[in-house]
Amino acid sequence: MTTPISPPPRKNPQKRTRVPVEPPDTRSRAALGLSVAAARGRFMLQVCTECSAILYPPRDACSSCLSVDLEWQVVSNRGRLVAETVIRTSTHIYFRERTPWRVGTVQLDCGPSMICHVHGDCESQGNVRMINRLDKSGHGVLFALPEKEIPAMEDDPQLRELTCSPKFRRILITDARSESGQALARAFSRADAALVFAGEAERWRHWPERDSLKEIDNVELVPLDVSDTQSVEELCGEIGGKVDILVNNARFVRPGGVMDGGDLVFAQQEMEVNCLGLMRLAQAFGPVMRGRGADGVNSATAWVNILSIYAYCNLPQFGVYSASSAAAHSLSQCLRSEMRTGGVRVMNVYTSPTEDEWHQPLPPPKVTASKLASAVVEGLQDGLEEVYVGDLAKDLIDRWSAEPKLLEQEMTRQGGGRE
Amino acid sequence: MRRPAGFRTAYDGVVLAAPVTVPYQRFSKESAHHWIARALRGSLAAARISPAELDGFSVASFTLFPDTAVGLTQHLGLTPRWLDHIPTGGASGITALRRAARAVQAGDADVVACVAGDTNHVDSFRRLLSSFSRFAQDASWPYGSGGPNTSFGLLTDHYMHAFGATREDFGRLCVSQRSNALRNPHAIMKEPLTMAQYLSARLISDPIALYDCVMPVAGAEAFLVLRETDAVAQGLPFACIRSTIERHNAFAADPVQMRGGWAVDVDELYGMAQADPTDVDLVQTYDDYPVITMMQIEDLGFCKKGEAPAFVRQRNLTIDGDFPHNTSGGQLSAGQAGAAGGYLGLVEAIRQVTGMAGPTQVAAARLALVSGFGMINYDRGVCSGAVIISGGSS
Repeated sequence: MTTPISPPPRKNPQKRTRVPVEPPDTRSRAALGLSVAAARGRFMLQVCTECSAILYPPRDACSSCLSVDLEWQVVSNRGRLVAETVIRTSTHIYFRERTPWRVGTVQLDCGPSMICHVHGDCESQGNVRMINRLDKSGHGVLFALPEKEIPAMEDDPQLRELTCSPKFRRILITDARSESGQALARAFSRADAALVFAGEAERWRHWPERDSLKEIDNVELVPLDVSDTQSVEELCGEIGGKVDILVNNARFVRPGGVMDGGDLVFAQQEMEVNCLGLMRLAQAFGPVMRGRGADGVNSATAWVNILSIYAYCNLPQFGVYSASSAAAHSLSQCLRSEMRTGGVRVMNVYTSPTEDEWHQPLPPPKVTASKLASAVVEGLQDGLEEVYVGDLAKDLIDRWSAEPKLLEQEMTRQGGGRE
Repeated sequence: MRRPAGFRTAYDGVVLAAPVTVPYQRFSKESAHHWIARALRGSLAAARISPAELDGFSVASFTLFPDTAVGLTQHLGLTPRWLDHIPTGGASGITALRRAARAVQAGDADVVACVAGDTNHVDSFRRLLSSFSRFAQDASWPYGSGGPNTSFGLLTDHYMHAFGATREDFGRLCVSQRSNALRNPHAIMKEPLTMAQYLSARLISDPIALYDCVMPVAGAEAFLVLRETDAVAQGLPFACIRSTIERHNAFAADPVQMRGGWAVDVDELYGMAQADPTDVDLVQTYDDYPVITMMQIEDLGFCKKGEAPAFVRQRNLTIDGDFPHNTSGGQLSAGQAGAAGGYLGLVEAIRQVTGMAGPTQVAAARLALVSGFGMINYDRGVCSGAVIISGGSS
């Protein structure tokens, strides 16, 4: 049985902080398909479109019929652990600091066998469930879980390397004043976060929910305005070394397009908060988090951006807001590359329009703040890199994956193609 | 596509001679080129052939980069009309022999020098592992980076579950090979090994423990393939090739490797040699880990599948025993010099059947079986081969 992790003791500043090291990060182009699937938490393998053979390891031609027409598909993840070993001596620095390390060979019910990481609760020769998750180098790796849920199984040290669980970690949420900010604070508190720093801009301005937020266990309101560089730097100076997960939740949302929006004032503020806000936070908190990517049970582990699904394709009614989200989406890819050497994951949560005053003109279905918050927490617990919240977001990304230009046709007609 | 018996041309008129082992070293500051040159020089000197006269050259090495056999011709001053670079690792000796023998037999070359050698810098083993093959890079190296210790940890775990083998069974192989190695002055391991020491050794990748693992070293091995008439004219002791087999990626559907390509071709091996397993006087298996020796003992017909643990319990595997096996100590005790590990057994067997093995000489060694196994491309060794040789007389 997994030994549940304990809250880490106060850090001893005289002791060495474990330095982040990436696990092996070289992959063939074909193998990147596994990383793509892992980013969304999917267990996918290559399937030959001609003879239907399920193939592993990733390759460029079918080893049954030599067809080069292979497609990544979701396949059954059930199998049996047919061989196992515990690595006590590794040639790689990442694993050397983490031995003993359990790996095994799993034969899938659907055919192929695969070398994988093995959860401590899997029984020798027993049935397992496979998952595909990103490791600290940002590549998909296969991991065998016990067939059934077991208490505290998420605390398995090898599994925790692949997830960004908030348990015993310290969270910074920007814009506590927003409905999503409050819901996030509550969700993280429920998910055993050690401490939730809730960033509050313009403290002098009263807001009715403040008192109830303050009363939640482990929530601490801190001054933070992401449109003010000095504010961000001051907060980082105080708590930067204690932020294990940063949730970039602040969003400035106004309706309006390019020609028909009036002036540039809202556009500037949307860029200021949604795009440059991300940069201000990254320039202050990013380097500290990246340096703490391997710092024990409560290492820095994830950076979360809450973005609009319209980052993928412009919704003219919220044309500039869509553009600011697209800019933030693009910046997040750069940030992901910069964070990777520290093993800190950048998780983007693309939401459907949320149930709030500024999205009022849009028809349902919309996403409530609490649904958005639980999607964030679950995404971290699952170790994802991309999360789509709400039916509309899921539908839109499906359409975008099929043909972005066709989606543009649909979106730029009246009503965003939803007539 | 099964061929009738006798379909294959016998290796008449072509022989193996001038076996050379350059004594191994744990670490070397020298390059693979250095080690290969020394082995080549030794073989050519034994046959009194000058480098300029050599017209066939076959090379196996992991650490020659950025060179291949091509670069070595200029580096070493060779002008061969037949050139080969063998990528089959632990099967490279068998592969080289098969190709070279046919070239000499057909007259494409008069003499082929077959050489395998590698250096071992302090960090070269780790570097080799991290880029060993595409499947390894994508699908095994990221899982703990344990290298072959981990691959064989999995194979051994599976074999023990499937056939009830115990650690003592594997220990028997290691202990008897160490006792052979004590008679080989060039073996890297020079201390006796007891079963108690074997069993109490620290674990490396369960159930693999320290004495199940080979020691990576620098070293080189070589032999010549030439016409029998030329060997006789030079007064060279030689070995005749009775039969060979080679197979790659056999039994790909086995979820974990429990047999190798030998099992596909074993009947042809003995059929071509017109011999039975009981006729064999000594056996050299590829022994980077004891579990793969167990599989070879089974797949090469000395016992049934799963019965090798019982076989090694019943037989004496030392030089003076009733089943002389890995007489130089094998890689487990002599060291693994990269691709030269695929030559170690073959070069020792040529010495044995020509009566040149000195302190490790098996009495009445007439017929020897040598087996090769190579390249953990992903989860298993892909290349396999075997050869039966006998002593010739000049």
